[in-house]
Amino acid sequence: MALPESSGRPQTRGSAPAGPVTLGVPRWILAIAALGAIFIVLPVVGMTARVDWAHFGSLVTSPSAVAALLLSLRTAAASTVLCLVLGVPMALMLARSRFPGQRLVRAVVLLPLVLPPVVGGIALLSTFGRRGLLGQAFEVLGVQIAFSTAAVVLAQTFVALPFLVLSVEATLRASGARYEAVAATLGATPSVVFWRVTLPLVLPGLVSGAVLAFARALGEFGATLTFAGSLEGVTRTLPLEIYLQRETDPDAAVALALVLVAVAVVVMVATHRPRAPS
Amino acid sequence: MTARRRPLAALVLLAAAGLTAGCAGQGGSPGAPSAAQSAAASSSASPAASETLTVFAAASLTGTFTALADRFEAAHPGVRVTLNFAGSADLVTQITEGAPADVFAAADTRSMDRLAAAGLVAGKPVVFATNTLEIAVPPGNPAGIATFADLARPGVAVVACAPQVPCGAAAAKIEAATGITLAPVSEENAVTDVLGKVSTGEADAGLVYITDVTAAGGAVRGIPFPESDRAVNRYPIAVVAGSAQAKLGASFARFVTDPGGRKILSAAGFGTP
Repeated sequence: MALPESSGRPQTRGSAPAGPVTLGVPRWILAIAALGAIFIVLPVVGMTARVDWAHFGSLVTSPSAVAALLLSLRTAAASTVLCLVLGVPMALMLARSRFPGQRLVRAVVLLPLVLPPVVGGIALLSTFGRRGLLGQAFEVLGVQIAFSTAAVVLAQTFVALPFLVLSVEATLRASGARYEAVAATLGATPSVVFWRVTLPLVLPGLVSGAVLAFARALGEFGATLTFAGSLEGVTRTLPLEIYLQRETDPDAAVALALVLVAVAVVVMVATHRPRAPS
Repeated sequence: MTARRRPLAALVLLAAAGLTAGCAGQGGSPGAPSAAQSAAASSSASPAASETLTVFAAASLTGTFTALADRFEAAHPGVRVTLNFAGSADLVTQITEGAPADVFAAADTRSMDRLAAAGLVAGKPVVFATNTLEIAVPPGNPAGIATFADLARPGVAVVACAPQVPCGAAAAKIEAATGITLAPVSEENAVTDVLGKVSTGEADAGLVYITDVTAAGGAVRGIPFPESDRAVNRYPIAVVAGSAQAKLGASFARFVTDPGGRKILSAAGFGTP
């Protein structure tokens, strides 16, 4: 129906509208997209409507709430760093090299994306737990991971890593290997190529991947609950605090949920801007 | 596919039953009623099967209430009992948000009080069971726990419930009464999470209900301790206000408290109020 007026007509003709331009997108797509956006936004609005604004300040500044928020920010930041350190080399290997079983490796690396977090928690427990695969070795070294903040970081890194790998890998593939090849022919060592060419090239993907990983780590719940436990200031992150408050104080739970949403939105909006502002 | 066809089949059966009932009323053919009866019997979709009783019960009642519902259905032909198990606080939230419940059985009086405060309890709740805490340790008891005081020993990894949930409130009560303060490595939301951490050997000991130890089979070992009588959890049951099945709900509540129900409950480790 809407085809004649919107299919591929160049928008540059005549005086260009000052507002946002939607290039050749059929109107029915716009309608469905709006529906999708409403589907996501409406529940958040519904939750906001539940907030007890009169007590909002005291609810979100209670000692347990502040402890949970700080712990969440600290652990999510640590997991993001860990994701960057581990994820960039993984993305490079997947995008720039060929090795047998690569497709299988790729599928396995992305497994945490599709695993229910509880399953991730059980897997981590059977590996890093006291009676797990590596637990005994850690015990000998005097390191106990279970019930520690380190366990929270491990759980968050486990679920967030694929986001970073996917994002960086996609950017690497899109940017191609031409510049790297040129740098290599000019005599740059592989390490110099990595630091001076590849890394700056994939910076946008790196940033958006890191933001996604941070957001995913911030929202981590199931694996943390299963693997790390729940203790104020040590392992009880904001999502776990919300879950606990829901038992006795639904108002506090809703208020904290709003804080979590706000933090996530602020982080996404502040950093998820790979294109230069025009 | 089968899900789609079932209502249709029920409709056909109902129509058939209504038709033959009408015939019988008019003194029609003698063969028709028996045909309707056999059809109803074979599909268990007798006209009375439209009676469904929805029971919301605390998660710790999963085993016992499933058995009780089966017995209740057997004793009341044509009645179907639908069960919904979750944490007591969760269930209160669900009911106040409009979930269709006829009967509510909670793991503590506090949850029932919250539902009553919302004006959603019909009549007076009846306490039908009690539950007390027990120490759960992994098989083999690696930390050599024998008493409640052992849990406060340095180096013993104890997991308990958070004070906000009933099992944690009970633990806090015992701590206050005995003067023994625990430093749990984790304060969980649910007794099942405590049990999980003990059965996997992550924790040296956990505080759970006797019934949880019974239900866990050999996964954990239970160690009773005399101080547990300082915190006895009482399980109330009540009909939800506004229920369309108030009468049936009340008879289910009675069924739970009668000797037959008691037997099932005590076999699972519950105490008698």
